[in-house]
Amino acid sequence: MVKSTSKDAQDLFRSLHSAYSATPTNLKIIDLYVVFSVFTALIQVAYMALVGSFPFNSFLSGVLSCIGTAVLAVCLRIQVNKENKEFKDLAPERAFADFVLCNLVLHLVIINFLG
Amino acid sequence: MMAGGLARFVVLILATAICGAASVFQPISDSHRSAALDVFAPVDGSYKSLDEAYEALKTLEILGIDKKSDLSSATCENVVKVLASPSSSTLKDVFYALSVNGILKCKSGEDVPKDIVSKLQTGVKDAKLLLDFYYSVRGLVLVKEQFSGTDISLGDAEAVFRSIKALSQSDGKWRYSPNNPESSTFAAGLAFETLAGVISLAPSEIDHSLIQTLKTGITKLFDSIQKYDDGTFYFDESEGPISTTASVIRGLKSFAASESTGLNLPGDRIVGLAKFFLGVGIPGDAKDFFNQIDALACLEDNRFSVPLILSLPSTVISLTKKEPLKVKVSTVFGSKAPALSVKLSQALSSGSKGSSVINNQELKFDAESATYFLESFPKNFDVGKYTFVFEILLDESANEKVYITEAQTKVPISATGAITIENAEIAVLDSDVGSVESQKKLDLTKDEAVSLSANHLQKLRLSLQLTTPLGHVFKPHQAFLKLKHESQVEHIFLVKTSGKKSELVLDFLGLVEKLYYLSGKYEIQLTIGDASMENSLLSNIGHIELDLPERPEKAARPPLQPTDPYSRYVPKAEISHIFRVPEKLPAKQLSLVFLGVIVLPFIGFLIGLTRLGVNIKSFPSSVGAATSALLFHGGIGAVLLLYVLFWVKAIGSVHDSKGTVFAGSVSVVRRTQNTVSPRSSIEQAEICLKDIYSSL
Repeated sequence: MVKSTSKDAQDLFRSLHSAYSATPTNLKIIDLYVVFSVFTALIQVAYMALVGSFPFNSFLSGVLSCIGTAVLAVCLRIQVNKENKEFKDLAPERAFADFVLCNLVLHLVIINFLG
Repeated sequence: MMAGGLARFVVLILATAICGAASVFQPISDSHRSAALDVFAPVDGSYKSLDEAYEALKTLEILGIDKKSDLSSATCENVVKVLASPSSSTLKDVFYALSVNGILKCKSGEDVPKDIVSKLQTGVKDAKLLLDFYYSVRGLVLVKEQFSGTDISLGDAEAVFRSIKALSQSDGKWRYSPNNPESSTFAAGLAFETLAGVISLAPSEIDHSLIQTLKTGITKLFDSIQKYDDGTFYFDESEGPISTTASVIRGLKSFAASESTGLNLPGDRIVGLAKFFLGVGIPGDAKDFFNQIDALACLEDNRFSVPLILSLPSTVISLTKKEPLKVKVSTVFGSKAPALSVKLSQALSSGSKGSSVINNQELKFDAESATYFLESFPKNFDVGKYTFVFEILLDESANEKVYITEAQTKVPISATGAITIENAEIAVLDSDVGSVESQKKLDLTKDEAVSLSANHLQKLRLSLQLTTPLGHVFKPHQAFLKLKHESQVEHIFLVKTSGKKSELVLDFLGLVEKLYYLSGKYEIQLTIGDASMENSLLSNIGHIELDLPERPEKAARPPLQPTDPYSRYVPKAEISHIFRVPEKLPAKQLSLVFLGVIVLPFIGFLIGLTRLGVNIKSFPSSVGAATSALLFHGGIGAVLLLYVLFWVKAIGSVHDSKGTVFAGSVSVVRRTQNTVSPRSSIEQAEICLKDIYSSL
């Protein structure tokens, strides 16, 4: 049994980082976008925990807007990833258009639910 | 005797109620004249428009009220203005200016306004719509009447006649325009007036067969007439029954006046129409008032048949006063009828079916007051409600062509008299044996005459006999006995009439619960009232001392009596609605701080983008591609902007109009959203974004 140390962890992160830097820029942008929206959602959850959830539908729509767009971004990432052979017939432009359209529909609902 | 006064008042109210409900039609009287001054009072000395001025002036003229001098200066100014420059005003304005001029004589004499005549004549020539024909033809007729030095005639009168006739429908109604299939009775009235104008303006006689078909149309129009139960007839449509009926009558009057062979209209319908307008009463609306008076004026003076109206000054006959029954026959405006005789053919009693008390009795005529009256009633004429059936016969048969009367006029009459009350007795009986414990004769003219006492095992009996002047048993409409306890608790019992006697027996054993076990002094009050009873009464007979058992635990308590008896008519306390209390919002600063925190990830996102070295170098630079790319992004931006606007309620706001600009409606928003259909945006995306995407 090899004892796990902090060095192992560092190695792990380093290899992860080097592996990640090989990913194409467009996927990185999507990742960044996902991180951005998840953080926004987390801040809203923190606000609810600290202050209160009075306009509950506003809170719900705010969080769901972030989570929803993050999920959509993940879907976009799956579709535009060149290494994913399942979607190799699908043009990335088409995937992006789907993403935009789904976002519009999502936010139409959100705006109506916002109150 | 306050009670007696009250009783008399009740009778008066009942009598008035009966008179009000009866379908007796009175001719136009002074009450109409005084109401007209209110309804047609001008604002600041003039009327809003010429048509309103015409309606007011015409009504006042028909009613014989002279207000012309007060009104002429301001109104005449408008009339002269319109007549001086016909080119700048519509046909309708010219028509109403001429109509007002006909009454006020603002402009008259020999000098015919040539440009007005030419405007009206081109109006007739170019007209396609019924209203254009109406205004221009009637306008020409008015010019011909008002300016003596003219000889206006329609050269192609027959062609105009045919083109107006083309708007008629098979059921006698007319269309307003050749393109609109909807027909109307109101339009039919306008058309008759217009055609009458065409006939009077025609240089030579119009083809007789054309006029004949028009007459058949009028007969058909009368098939669509509607009827009320009291024998009134009217035409109804979207304009309202008064306007529609008035329009038809105006049309018929002008048509009958312009045409020589005479119009044969069903007489009962004409009388029914007159009764309809008289039955309206005094309308509060100026338009209705004008239509009523103008239509009645047309019926008063026309060439088909003038209706005669039978009216009664009073529909109540008092047998004690021996007053005669008075009947008046006049035209709708109350002017004198020709020589005629009035016959009371039947007097049907409402109680006994079918039997007539008076048969075929002719009424005497008093020339001075122009009243027909029946002096004496037969011996078997008793109090009660009757339906009198009158018949009017014209003395001279020549008048039968001019005047028209109803075949039979039915009038509800109530005969009143003094009712004798006999054998009025009040007694306390022993319940089980029925033997009389104490008995008192009642004198109902005196108050507080009786004092009785009883316990719960005894009965109270009130009996009396009511007879009419002829000795028949009289069954009053209301006969009540009221017991009133010292604590103001009241109980009302009905006195029933069976056989010859009116009797009420109160068995206190069965009533203890209803009386709430309240022992003590009760006041006794007797009410007898009827519309035909002249001596209706409300009398405090006296009092009774009741000895009732103790109240058991479970029995109901007497209801609390309000100190003021009228307080039960006072409005109830206002209901205050409870709304949900709004929840507490956090402090504004806190919310703003978190708003700032929310922006942080976005800034992080932007920094991350620059770190990754994102650029937009491959944004299309050729004109075509750049435009479509911009359009695509602009489209998405516009949709997002729309969302934001919707959220801040700048658009799509239906209920919130305060402080926000109403820039669109929900439907607009929906349509805008629909244009972003999935297919089109995907195609756009594929074309526009190819280059951008591959460069990333």
